[in-house]
Amino acid sequence: MSGPNNEYDPVQVTPLNAEEVAAARDAALAAVEAAADLEQLKQARLDHAGDRSPLALANREIGALPPQARKEAGQRVGQARGAINQALKARQEVLEAAHEEQMLVVETVDVTLPVDRHPRGARHPLTTGAERIADVFVAMGWEVAEGPVIEAEWLNFDALNLGPDHPARTMQDTFWTSPAENHVVLRTHTSPVQARSMLTRTPPIYVVCPGRVFRTDEYDATHSPMFHQVEGLAIDEGITMAHLKGTLDHFATAMFGEGITTRFRPSYFPFTEPSAEVDLVCFVCRGTAVNEDGDTCRTCRGEGWIEWGGCGVVNPRVLVACGVDPERYTGFAFGMGIDRTLMFRHGVEDLRGFFEGDVRFTTAFGTEI
Amino acid sequence: MKAPVTWIRELVDLPDGVTTDDLARRLTALGLKLEAIERPGHDLTGPLVLGRVLTAEPEPQKNGKTINWCSVDVGDANGTGEPQGIVCGAHNFGPGDLVVVVLPGAVLPGGFAIAARKTYGHVSAGMICSASELGLPDGFGGSSDGIVVLPADAGEPGDDAFGVLPLRDEVIEFEINPDRAYALSLRGVAREAALAFDAPYADPVDRPVPAADGAGHPVVVDDPDGCPVFVTRVVSGFDPTATSPAWLQRRLQLAGMRPISLAVDVSNYVMLELGQPNHCYDADTLTGAIRVRRATAGEKLTTLDGVVRSLDAADLLIADGSGPIGIAGVMGGEATEISASTSRIVVEAAHFDPVTVFRSQKRHKLGSEASKRFERGVDPLLPLVAADRVAQLLVELGGGTVEPGTTYVGEPPAAPTIVAPADLPARISGIAIDDATTVAHLEAVGCAVTEDGTTLSVVPPSWRPDLTEPFDLVEEVVRIVGYDQVPSVLPAPGAGRGLTREQRLRRRVGRTLAGAGCVEVVSFPFTGAAALDALEIPADDERRRTVALANPLSSQEPEYTTTLLPGILAAAARNVGRGAPGVALFETGTVAFATDVAAPLLGVDRRPTDAELDALLAAVPFQPQHLAVVLGGVREPAGPWGPGRDAGWADVVEVVRGLATELGATLRVENAELAPWHPGRCARLLVVGADGTETAVGHAGELHPRIVTAHGLPARTSVAELDLDALLAATPSTPRGPSFSTYPVAKEDVALVVDVSVPAADVEAALCEGAGELLESVRLFDVYTGEGIDEGRKSLAFALRFRAVDRTLGEGEAAAARDEAVALASQRTGAVQR
Ligand SMILES: [Zn+2]
Repeated sequence: MSGPNNEYDPVQVTPLNAEEVAAARDAALAAVEAAADLEQLKQARLDHAGDRSPLALANREIGALPPQARKEAGQRVGQARGAINQALKARQEVLEAAHEEQMLVVETVDVTLPVDRHPRGARHPLTTGAERIADVFVAMGWEVAEGPVIEAEWLNFDALNLGPDHPARTMQDTFWTSPAENHVVLRTHTSPVQARSMLTRTPPIYVVCPGRVFRTDEYDATHSPMFHQVEGLAIDEGITMAHLKGTLDHFATAMFGEGITTRFRPSYFPFTEPSAEVDLVCFVCRGTAVNEDGDTCRTCRGEGWIEWGGCGVVNPRVLVACGVDPERYTGFAFGMGIDRTLMFRHGVEDLRGFFEGDVRFTTAFGTEI
Repeated sequence: MKAPVTWIRELVDLPDGVTTDDLARRLTALGLKLEAIERPGHDLTGPLVLGRVLTAEPEPQKNGKTINWCSVDVGDANGTGEPQGIVCGAHNFGPGDLVVVVLPGAVLPGGFAIAARKTYGHVSAGMICSASELGLPDGFGGSSDGIVVLPADAGEPGDDAFGVLPLRDEVIEFEINPDRAYALSLRGVAREAALAFDAPYADPVDRPVPAADGAGHPVVVDDPDGCPVFVTRVVSGFDPTATSPAWLQRRLQLAGMRPISLAVDVSNYVMLELGQPNHCYDADTLTGAIRVRRATAGEKLTTLDGVVRSLDAADLLIADGSGPIGIAGVMGGEATEISASTSRIVVEAAHFDPVTVFRSQKRHKLGSEASKRFERGVDPLLPLVAADRVAQLLVELGGGTVEPGTTYVGEPPAAPTIVAPADLPARISGIAIDDATTVAHLEAVGCAVTEDGTTLSVVPPSWRPDLTEPFDLVEEVVRIVGYDQVPSVLPAPGAGRGLTREQRLRRRVGRTLAGAGCVEVVSFPFTGAAALDALEIPADDERRRTVALANPLSSQEPEYTTTLLPGILAAAARNVGRGAPGVALFETGTVAFATDVAAPLLGVDRRPTDAELDALLAAVPFQPQHLAVVLGGVREPAGPWGPGRDAGWADVVEVVRGLATELGATLRVENAELAPWHPGRCARLLVVGADGTETAVGHAGELHPRIVTAHGLPARTSVAELDLDALLAATPSTPRGPSFSTYPVAKEDVALVVDVSVPAADVEAALCEGAGELLESVRLFDVYTGEGIDEGRKSLAFALRFRAVDRTLGEGEAAAARDEAVALASQRTGAVQR
């Protein structure tokens, strides 16, 4: 490889003959071709295309030549330099591509390595379940009403036609706050929210009330002193049991899928008359009472139906106590357990799983259900 | 209510082919809810035959027992006609007795297969049966405990025992709703069965009874409101040794009651049959006339269960010259009960006020079969016929005579007349029901109906005290039409307003915290002094103002909590105890602060006035929604990325700050001291409103190490608890769109040395204020103590960014603003620029 001319010596460069230019060009092309990496190519560029390279120096001499020779020499040197630059560019591209290829290999990692630096969070299925229910009703134009869990006895009982001597009042095992003479209870159902809605809103009223309720039940796989209910209340002109049935059928289908509807059985609740129990077509066997293997369905115990909740036409006495004109308006109400609904929807065997706070239980449901 | 099907069928003539399952299904559709169907005796398969004991040789055994080696004539049932050799351990029978023999090949209840087997040196080919082996009540048919000995004329050896004994039946257990008290009797269940199948029904009440003449046992009713009707009949010459016949015992047993003695069994039988509770007194123990009156406070009565009851002035009593002999409608007294020598019996059947009975039963915690019926409402026309039925049965089964006199005191309450529009059932149900159908169905349940144009006047039958208002009639009509006929129609509410802002924000809170790696828990809100003590919450702290429960489930947790910490810390400890290396939990829930205000007692005949409602709501404790977060143990595990780290105070403050940012709230943090936090690592959290006012919303930081240990939590476990309502209230409802400068930024860093006690937030606040409006942001990027910094001092390094809204900052403008900032920080906090 030829080294740079360190000193300008016109005598030495004067002879810009063809052979010398060709030799310089060939030496440059050889050096470019020989460059094994970008670093060597950089050096080759400096040596053969830099300011002190033979052809750069030769180029400067051209001006000193007689006009005749100037043109010829200019052409010759220019062509040689063009060839070198082209070779440099081509080699540059090749080496860059090779370099990138190399880097990709070097940077290769094992993507199967764990990357779970931040443990996952989750919302509770009771929360997301209540939201899902609320969304079904909000989509129908209903609103979500709320109220306190520690509630005036009058709103929890009396206003709902559960007078002080009503046998049903002892059926619901109530937590009383102390002193009992203050007449304040832990609500035994979300119905006081219905009473509050009637007392504070003007019909038409369409509200759904999810929330926590309390009964003095011992804690076991199917009972808990605290559980969750959702109740609905519709007060409007011309409301009938048919509207109740339509609403619950829609609710059932929205929660459990097409074909899952409800049936009514006569029942008794002080706040409704007529009253009904609501059953749901078993969403596991779809009412056939048998599972895929032909055995008795475990979810509905061979009934084809699952008990879901209670409902009825709002008792006119309740309307009167809550300030709604029973001559003008009728209404319906329904209620069911959220915990229970989720238990059979998700196959949860033990109610206590909801309240233990074991993260393995909650994370299994993800953040929305 | 357990109803034996053979008993139902005795009262109603069901169509051919109606099975017990059909019956249960149809009755459920009418409102008598099926609880269970039992099929006693159906797990017992023969050969089970009658046998006559020919010989019974007692053979003492080495183990001290004596067995009987018996030969029993079983006719041809064993195929040979030869006597059957059977070893029997019981001794209450002997040669000549007619017994029940189970032969090899039979299966007894419980899957117990019978085979010939060698025992006590004999081949025992079967068993002589006891009552319990056959699923019959103890003492069945008058046998003393042990082998069932049948009356000599019950049948012949070799007869199939299934044809002789009531071994098989089906029993439908119903859940009877409070409004269908009439169905707490076979009379009522059969009436519903007749309704279900449109079948002929024989009301057991339809029987001739003698007219009242006042000549029964004398009765004085002082309280006709509490006791509208009281009837007595007298039976004399009753044989106290007579026992209940097998059929009676069996029916009581199947209906879920224990046979006791003939007189008691008859009393219970009539209650089950008609639904009228009644009582039998030993006439010889009565002192003079029976008096129905309220108790005087302090009076005592020993009830049938042997308990001495201290009576309340509101208790309605049955009394005689000796004092109280029973609590009306609840339970009789011990002193006047039927004994083994009673031969003269006074039969009582009365009608009592449901509320009076309900209160007494509740007061004495003494629910009984009688009170269950009375408090729900018994047919007031029953006492006369029920008393006669009891008396006649006693004589029929126990001998003697019914004395001719009948005492009848009082007047049954009149049934109301309900006036209702004829189309009400159609209008309320949404089913097309014509008026004629409505009338027919009301009559089918026993109502007397008068039509007047489009209005009906309806008098309910005596056994339906629950029917008092027009809507009650709707249910009667619709249940017969069929609840399955109700069409499915969606109502058309107007346009709704969707979720409220708070409801939307609460969802966002949950999603944000889950996104921060926290898992939501739901804990019981019950707490107690021990839990609050464990958090070292001082006595005068407002978190001690818990709402006490009058009837807590646990004496350890008798209060409704003011803080979510006990519950969430217990959940955290549970996870750690189950092997979790770290926990990150959050919970939102209601807490409550006690208010000692009594709620007024309001009526229900009208809406309360606003003032009444205010007074009512004043008694309801303040119940904010709280949010708690706990982070403990491994927050970031060790892994290929490097070493992990445990959660500490900064993590929980970060979570809370992140939440506030997500909600758009401005949160200010200051140092604070509050249990249960580490006194040097506790942050008070304040939200800054749009007008600059600050509201404290909670605390975050590391738990006190002592409390960490006491709760079994990982070291440095950190928690936050906030008033979520207050936080949400402080979030801006409508954020303004931002405007920002696109001119170049000018950066200035400053290092300020202050006393270690000076909060960084104070220095930062001074810098912000001093820098003026050109300051775009300030960020603390380093805290340094050590070489070059005096003891007790620290160096805080801040990065300041300046930018003008309308121009590129000129030479020196940013530096001038920085100097202003430093000057104010120096003045406020003693900061010295490094
Ligand atoms: Zn099923």
